[in-house]
Amino acid sequence: MLAFDFFGATEGGLFDINATLPLMAIQVVALTYILNSLFFKPVGKVVEKRENFVSNNIIEAKNKLSEVEKLEADLLSQLQSARSEAQKIVSEAENESDKLYKEALELANNEANASKEKARLEIENQTSSARDQLFKQADELSELIVNRLILEK
Amino acid sequence: MFFNSLPTNFAALEVGQHLYWQIGNIRLHGQVFLTSWILLGALLVFISLGTKKMENDPKGLQNLLEFLWDYIRDLARTQIGEKVYRDWMPFIGTLFLFVFISNWGGALIPWKLIKLPSGELGAPTADINTTIALALLVSLSYFYAGLSNKGWRYFEYYVHPTPIMLPFKILEDFTKPLSLSFRLFGNILADELVVGVLVFLVPLVLPIPVMFLGLFTSAIQALIFATLAAYYIGEAVEEHH
Repeated sequence: MLAFDFFGATEGGLFDINATLPLMAIQVVALTYILNSLFFKPVGKVVEKRENFVSNNIIEAKNKLSEVEKLEADLLSQLQSARSEAQKIVSEAENESDKLYKEALELANNEANASKEKARLEIENQTSSARDQLFKQADELSELIVNRLILEK
Repeated sequence: MFFNSLPTNFAALEVGQHLYWQIGNIRLHGQVFLTSWILLGALLVFISLGTKKMENDPKGLQNLLEFLWDYIRDLARTQIGEKVYRDWMPFIGTLFLFVFISNWGGALIPWKLIKLPSGELGAPTADINTTIALALLVSLSYFYAGLSNKGWRYFEYYVHPTPIMLPFKILEDFTKPLSLSFRLFGNILADELVVGVLVFLVPLVLPIPVMFLGLFTSAIQALIFATLAAYYIGEAVEEHH
């Protein structure tokens, strides 16, 4: 035991170190265990449970958000490809109809030309046959006229 | 001595007087235990009220206790480090709470109204026995923390970064508890003395700002004590590479 005669105190003094020291140490150690079971553990459990809950929710929300973003990108690309597909189909159909139109036009033109040619040939034939007949009749007529003239005389 | 030459009613301060309890042939400072039991009882009642019905959405006292818990966890985590702070958080928290309620209890509760046969009630931390007990517990803790975490490699700390540090590091093991205990003891005792002397000289108004300063010092001392204890433990468990 240390005991200084300090500040005129007859007994003890400011630096009077005695069994208070170890007993106080034991009391503080006991207090540590009591506070651990009464305060630090239960409060820690509640606080950490809540922190886990919050961080889990945040993680879940982040996952959902990324899923939504992925789906959105997926849909967007699908939309894009559908659009380009439609464009392709439309242009193909346009080409097709264009080709068909041209073909039909050519066919009609050809047919018209052919029938025109045929008609021209027929006209020519009939003209020549009519002319032949005319010549023949003219010959006959002239022969008839000649014969009559000869007979009259 | 000096104090004997002052007027007799100055004895109201009763510096260095103790209420002795004799148990067998050991002697105790009864006033220290009395005040600490009252304050610890109040603390335990407060805590058991606050933790009686813990809810996920904290209300009232539970809010305050959770704030306190969070504050202590941050203190322990920043000083000791992520890996082992959980083991030491109750000890650091107990030191903080004990020193804090002792300091504030000593300053806020009008103990002078209770007359003792010898000595007077006051902050338990204004007694050198209490502060040395706390400081020695801190010393034991950081040795234990270092040895249990790193085994004999703990003593590498003494020659880190160079063996020249060895004598200084050994000296530090003595200066750490010394400075811890005397800083707390000196601050709290000085605060009590200053308030006591001022109240004795000018009983009205003038002591009030000094009392507020005393409350501030008391809170800061509790924080310093807990932070340093955590820092010493953190230093002992830190891995050197």
